[in-house]
Amino acid sequence: MEEKEILKRLRFKFPVEVEDSAVSLGDDVIVIAKDALLPVATFLKEKAQDYAMLLDLTCVDFRGKEPRFEMVYHLFSLSRNIRLRLKVRLSEQDLWIDSLTGLWKNANWLEREVFDMFGVRFEGHPDLRRLFMYDGFEGYPLRKDYPLRKRQPPTRLRD
Amino acid sequence: MSGDKKKRPPAGQFITTQFNSLLGWARKFSLFQYPFITACCGMEYMSMVCAHYDFDRFGAGWTRFSPRQSDMLFVVGTISQKEAPVLRTVYEQMTEPKWVVAFGTCTVSGGIYDNYAVVQGIDKIIPVDIYIPGCPPRPETVLEGFLKLQEKIQHQEQEWRWKKKKS
Repeated sequence: MEEKEILKRLRFKFPVEVEDSAVSLGDDVIVIAKDALLPVATFLKEKAQDYAMLLDLTCVDFRGKEPRFEMVYHLFSLSRNIRLRLKVRLSEQDLWIDSLTGLWKNANWLEREVFDMFGVRFEGHPDLRRLFMYDGFEGYPLRKDYPLRKRQPPTRLRD
Repeated sequence: MSGDKKKRPPAGQFITTQFNSLLGWARKFSLFQYPFITACCGMEYMSMVCAHYDFDRFGAGWTRFSPRQSDMLFVVGTISQKEAPVLRTVYEQMTEPKWVVAFGTCTVSGGIYDNYAVVQGIDKIIPVDIYIPGCPPRPETVLEGFLKLQEKIQHQEQEWRWKKKKS
């Protein structure tokens, strides 16, 4: 029953910022506004809630819909063995979000990956470079409008 | 290679041809391979090199882990765009004469990875002598391909140190 409780508490503490909440396949899902990401994440990491672990962080491209992008954060509480999915919708014109590196250190590389593949900028990230693709690669390959057979000029050895 | 049109070459040239053939025979049985293994084809490579299929029967049992000591490059597995310059460097570091084997569909054409990250065939980066398709190829297929490579080495024009240059 803890699952429902956390959603209730979030709705109570952030009545405006929480846009939607649901339980999907036994896991809590919550959609929040972009500005509320840092306060909500800080609240969830506190000892009372204890979502100590950021399992994964990724982005989804819903091409043709508005807002087009959706950031998904998978949180896990080690002490209580429950999960929480945090979603933030981003429009293409305003494609940035606060970085979570201050709260979970592993967000560093995960956010670099999302930046590499989708072009989402993370405000406050210490080292926002491409993670997988090489320097000089143009475009964001996991966006739905990246051409499937597009080839880029070959790269050179890094110094 | 029809026998009836064959003319007997002059004595000097005869020795050269025989020496060319001798070098080819020696070289095809003393290949030192450099395995450039990046992906799952490596498993198949291992079974081919080890005792079950015993690559050493054909004189290529020695793996060299420095490209400078090897003359046959085995490219086994998917080559990503980021890895391409590394492969090119390894190829350039190898001693002459050298041969390249493309092992598996990924190295031949990119395979199922028809996307932004993967090189669509290593012949975009380096010259390839033998293509061995298969995902992964059976060891028999690889041995067949290797025999083809030996045939190629036997019949190609050999280079050696004091060879007279044509023209």
